[in-house]
Amino acid sequence: MTFEQIVFYFFSGVLVLAAVVVVTVRNPVKAALALVLAFFSAAGLWILLEAEFLAIVLVLVYVGAVMVLFLFVVMMLDINIAELREGFGDYLPIGGIVAALMVVEMAIILGPRRFGLAKVPVPQAHGATFSNTRMLGDLLYTTYVYPFEIAAAILLVAIIAAIALTMRRRPETKYQNPAEQVRVQRSDRLRIIRMPSEKKG
Amino acid sequence: MNFMPALPLIFLFGSTCAILLIGLYVGERRTSVVYVLSQVALITTVALVIRDAQAAPIVALHGMFVRDRLADLLDIAICLLVVAVFVYSRRYLSDRDMYRTEYFVLALFGVVGMMVINSAAHFLSLYLGLELMALSLYAMVAFQRDSARATEAAMKYFVLGALASGMLLYGMSMLYGVTGSLSIAKVASTISAMPPGNIVLVFGLVFVIVGLLFKIGAVPFHMWIPDVYDGAPTVVTLYIGTAPKVAALALILRLLVGGLQALSPSWREMLVIAAFLSMGVGNVVAISQTNLKRMLAYSAIAHMGFALLGLAAGGREGYADALFYLLIYSVMSLGAFGLVALLSGPGREIEYIDDLKGLSQRNPWIAFLMLLLMFAMAGVPPTAGFYAKLAVIQAAVDAHLIWLAVAAVLFSVVGAYYYLRVVKVMYFDAPEDDRPFVLPLDGKFLFGLNGLSMLLLTPWIGTIIAFCHSAIQGLP
Repeated sequence: MTFEQIVFYFFSGVLVLAAVVVVTVRNPVKAALALVLAFFSAAGLWILLEAEFLAIVLVLVYVGAVMVLFLFVVMMLDINIAELREGFGDYLPIGGIVAALMVVEMAIILGPRRFGLAKVPVPQAHGATFSNTRMLGDLLYTTYVYPFEIAAAILLVAIIAAIALTMRRRPETKYQNPAEQVRVQRSDRLRIIRMPSEKKG
Repeated sequence: MNFMPALPLIFLFGSTCAILLIGLYVGERRTSVVYVLSQVALITTVALVIRDAQAAPIVALHGMFVRDRLADLLDIAICLLVVAVFVYSRRYLSDRDMYRTEYFVLALFGVVGMMVINSAAHFLSLYLGLELMALSLYAMVAFQRDSARATEAAMKYFVLGALASGMLLYGMSMLYGVTGSLSIAKVASTISAMPPGNIVLVFGLVFVIVGLLFKIGAVPFHMWIPDVYDGAPTVVTLYIGTAPKVAALALILRLLVGGLQALSPSWREMLVIAAFLSMGVGNVVAISQTNLKRMLAYSAIAHMGFALLGLAAGGREGYADALFYLLIYSVMSLGAFGLVALLSGPGREIEYIDDLKGLSQRNPWIAFLMLLLMFAMAGVPPTAGFYAKLAVIQAAVDAHLIWLAVAAVLFSVVGAYYYLRVVKVMYFDAPEDDRPFVLPLDGKFLFGLNGLSMLLLTPWIGTIIAFCHSAIQGLP
């Protein structure tokens, strides 16, 4: 067994274990942390495939931003996920059968018989100076500039949709208008009244 | 890099972004400015498409974009449909406090997505165009924020739509795995050079077909259609029921005809089944509907079955007939949903078929136009709907799918029942309340044009079919 194979099996094993933990563990925070581990292992596999940029982005975006955000949400909302998962055991047999069938089907179609080394040659290995990021950048802003721009448009639509669907003036919120606050006069807030002083008894 | 072929697309995208900013600037009280600008942008886009309409296909933007007759025809159809949708929906929106910039901007972004699909020459641009369109549609369905039904419909549409996109993407990745390319032309040439019977290709094809049938709303992937059509605000239903159908056909033509023509024996069989089931389920279930929008939703499923009939027949003739059918259907659907939107005044929602009771006594002209549209949907002879049905059934007979053609005729007889029931309710039932229907002048004029087009198009049916043929000829 070469060193690469050892690394591959190590990361794959951790990835599968972490994925199983995500769906079986009861505590949502632990599940989210297991998902972080799964992402890390997947990033390790990508490094092994010489896809350094993707691996780094996976760690930065998913682990660094998405999962941390997710953890915050889980901690702040205090959702009782144990209740949501009540039917887990009931659906396990049928879900398991469907999942097993799909795995078998995919193994038949995508196995080494059709996508083995004989059919698909090993990609050329690059030296240490080869920059994956640079290649991606070169392609992204030249050949793939059209889909790249459409993807930007999709993000813009997502922003518009999110704002259109959630932003509204609710009467119960204590909304402050800074301009009005600055322009406030003494007479708006303060009322001076004249009253006779009282004698202490 | 030559950007000029994509000029209409770039223009519409740029003006949509400009309209978004102008809408913020003019504020919520003067949305009419946004409305007028949106219409101007769409009509200018049509003019730009016509200005340099191409006879020979031009591939641009690194093989991601193709401009040919098909793209031009579909772009023009989609822009004009959306212009009409805006005219029909203006008063409905302002009556319901939905007359806001975002509605128009999202609809325009949807059109940009559809135009990307229409001229996609690459799996990536095809998929991204689809997502751009779908994301705009999800947001539009949820646009009425306080309506629980609209939110539920949007949720359902979003989850099922994401699933279908996933299926489509998975199928595309299989095709990529076999052919080693994402460019539709290269995929087509690689597949035709390969020996037949590659099981991975068929596996990928099945996933692609599932995604496509979902997007066009054919049985057995039709579950979302009635709920979304019914739950969404009527003007959004009007939008979803017209332009995206045309784009979904473009998706099928680009992917199956343009890219996977070599696998056509496999996918034609699948489409035959989907066409049969759609015509059956759509027409039979529509009979039991009392809700007008749900009935029209099932009718949409049935009509998609007829369009698939043309595709399943195969050959350039069959594809052109399917295209012709879908264009005529989108005009009929525009009229039918447009009427529902126009008649729903302030504080009144046309929801049930019974709401149209006695329309002929209250507004005979509108009732007559609706009668024309219903006759066209049923396929009664002098109307354009008849010629559309005739064309696809003819295509099926020519492809020796006699049993399917017979089934199509039988199902359209079944379908005539519920279309004629609307006519019966309008003409022979007494009205339940006598509040008059007051229609806005522009909507009334356009609806008149829309209804009469079912009759007035008859002399030019041959020209339109010839145009569809020349559009299909451009496909590789």
